[in-house]
Amino acid sequence: MDSKSLIGTRNKIGQKIVDPDYLFYEAPRERYFMTGSEVVREAIRRASVDVSISYPITPQSEAAAMVGDLWVEGYVGEYFRGENEFAVMSECAGASFGGARVFTTTSGPGTLRAYENFPMWVGSRLPIMLNMMVRGVNSPLSIQPDTLEIGLIIDTGMLIWHAETAQDFFDYLLKGFIVAEEPDVHLPIAVCIDGFFVSHTKDDVYIPSADLALPTYDPYRSPVVCMDMESPPVRMMRDPFVMKSNYISYATQASWQQETRAACERSRKHTIRLIGGLIEEENSDADILIVSSGTAVAQGREAARLLAEEGIRVGIVKIKTIRPFPYEEIKQATKDARLIFVPEFNVAGWMAREIKACIPDNHRVIAGPHVAGGMTMPPEVIVEEIKKVLATQKEAVHE
Amino acid sequence: MSKEKIKINREFYDIMPKEYQELVEDATYGKEGRGWKDVGESKEMIEEHSLCAGCPESIAFRYVLACLPNPEDTVMVGSTGCTSLVFPHVAVHNIHSLFGNQNAVASGLKRALSYRFPDKVKDVVVLAGDGATVDIGLDMTLQSWFRQEKIATICFDNELYANTGGQSSGLMQKGFVAKMAPAGKKFDKVDLPEIARQSGCHYVTMLTVSKPNRVEKAIRNAILIAREIGPTYVQLYTPCILEIGKQMMEGLQEMRDSEGPGKRFEFKEYISDEAKAYLESIAPKKKRKKVTAQTEG
Repeated sequence: MDSKSLIGTRNKIGQKIVDPDYLFYEAPRERYFMTGSEVVREAIRRASVDVSISYPITPQSEAAAMVGDLWVEGYVGEYFRGENEFAVMSECAGASFGGARVFTTTSGPGTLRAYENFPMWVGSRLPIMLNMMVRGVNSPLSIQPDTLEIGLIIDTGMLIWHAETAQDFFDYLLKGFIVAEEPDVHLPIAVCIDGFFVSHTKDDVYIPSADLALPTYDPYRSPVVCMDMESPPVRMMRDPFVMKSNYISYATQASWQQETRAACERSRKHTIRLIGGLIEEENSDADILIVSSGTAVAQGREAARLLAEEGIRVGIVKIKTIRPFPYEEIKQATKDARLIFVPEFNVAGWMAREIKACIPDNHRVIAGPHVAGGMTMPPEVIVEEIKKVLATQKEAVHE
Repeated sequence: MSKEKIKINREFYDIMPKEYQELVEDATYGKEGRGWKDVGESKEMIEEHSLCAGCPESIAFRYVLACLPNPEDTVMVGSTGCTSLVFPHVAVHNIHSLFGNQNAVASGLKRALSYRFPDKVKDVVVLAGDGATVDIGLDMTLQSWFRQEKIATICFDNELYANTGGQSSGLMQKGFVAKMAPAGKKFDKVDLPEIARQSGCHYVTMLTVSKPNRVEKAIRNAILIAREIGPTYVQLYTPCILEIGKQMMEGLQEMRDSEGPGKRFEFKEYISDEAKAYLESIAPKKKRKKVTAQTEG
């Protein structure tokens, strides 16, 4: 059924189906003080999710279990605990192939165990919402916050958004469904938060009434066929491309990959409208900038405040979407900066690499500070790093 | 999906592909008592395939599709391997996603379809090879049975990895020399039918495809019981003639040679009490319908 026509009606549980824009911008919101896990519960309560399947892993277990409670209460259509993350992501794929709006959560090693599914979701154009509460993936075992796993999925073709705060998180979860399900996008989306820092701490969140819900997903707006035998089966191809070693089969594979990448880029216009741009700038005309995503931005903002007290002016660029990556926006925002610091919660510094790849004179990028393995990044560490680089430059000038 | 949905607008009839015209004119959608005897008589759900000449899997595939009780509302889930070369030609919605995850995909799919269409029958049928079912996907095969997912699992057992060139698989006989078992396979053929029974399947059968009547009964039972009661498992011997050194005319004889008393594909069937009661409850109705049809005819 056309989901737009449901607006104004009540769903099975008695919630009023409203226009997404009304839910996002007009519906009165109340302030709550809650954890990231509770944010998941409250967002999914309003998201008209048909199927949710997850596997427990710290730090997402609490949120995944809360979605189970929503199923018992009637807010979610189907729910079960799968056997492992590879299977869970395949179960999510099956549900999405069958025309359901699907939500799941995972973390760290679970993300990697599930990995094979992500490019498949993309190629199959399944608009599954994956919440990643990111944590360490290294050995020895670590369950602590670490953003390395985001860097490992950036080229799967999924949309990837990185929330800084509980409020971002709530909004991205709901708005993410809408962007991912647009017919000209129709791709899976990973909404990432930093494990523990956002999942297990309490924060102010403004949320609309639980009496309101998003319109349901309409699988017949998909650019590919919904596998429910409600439309005539078509012969997909005369010869399966996997069997052919010829130009046509290579060209078909290549063009579909290009199309899924293009679909990711086409999500920009919807994303800009819904979350107000792919980046957010504060004093970006400053000589020194801190550019990052997630809670590293929050720490950077605090560092900028400390430095301002000492008369050093530092601007902030917050990156909200990792895919599509805001190449042009970052290039513009950093064009007058002399030094660009990229604080990150991982050992690899993938965000610094991404930024270096899209701006001119990329020697301006200082890849750091980095912390990893669950280390926190006090603002003082960022302050120290900035001062250290400034001092080195001064010395260089004097010599 | 009703047969109405596949009808062609008269204005566009001549520009539709021939196989689609045939599907509309001559397919057995919506026909009671579909079966293997429709093969060659009416439009088949399988258009053509790129399997080897004489491959027993190709005839098994045609039997399975001819015997689906409800193709107009059946979605199939496949896996990587020789079967994935056939599925793109099949006239029911079917999903290939990865290798070995077929029972997981089918679980999610069945849950979604049951939720979206509470008043409609939507059969979900898994069809995959023995590598997908028993080796790389065993975890998901078993877990879907533990969870009592209402899906029918059909395994084309050719006792090796055919599509990658004849490597040893878990369902291969002990001692068989194959790629990746160069000194002969060291352990027994995995007894998946017994494991299926222990894991909660309500209908389990193992047979070759030498006798189409038997295949028809197995497929219908598996799908009807899965629809109403719970998971079912059908293991069909479809020898890979290429990899066991047989000629293209020798597939049928190979199956006959392997199904005699005491042989590894001796016919086996298990039906749970619940499933038995269900089959009995629908049997008289079928007879009555047949009688009516004959009277009308």
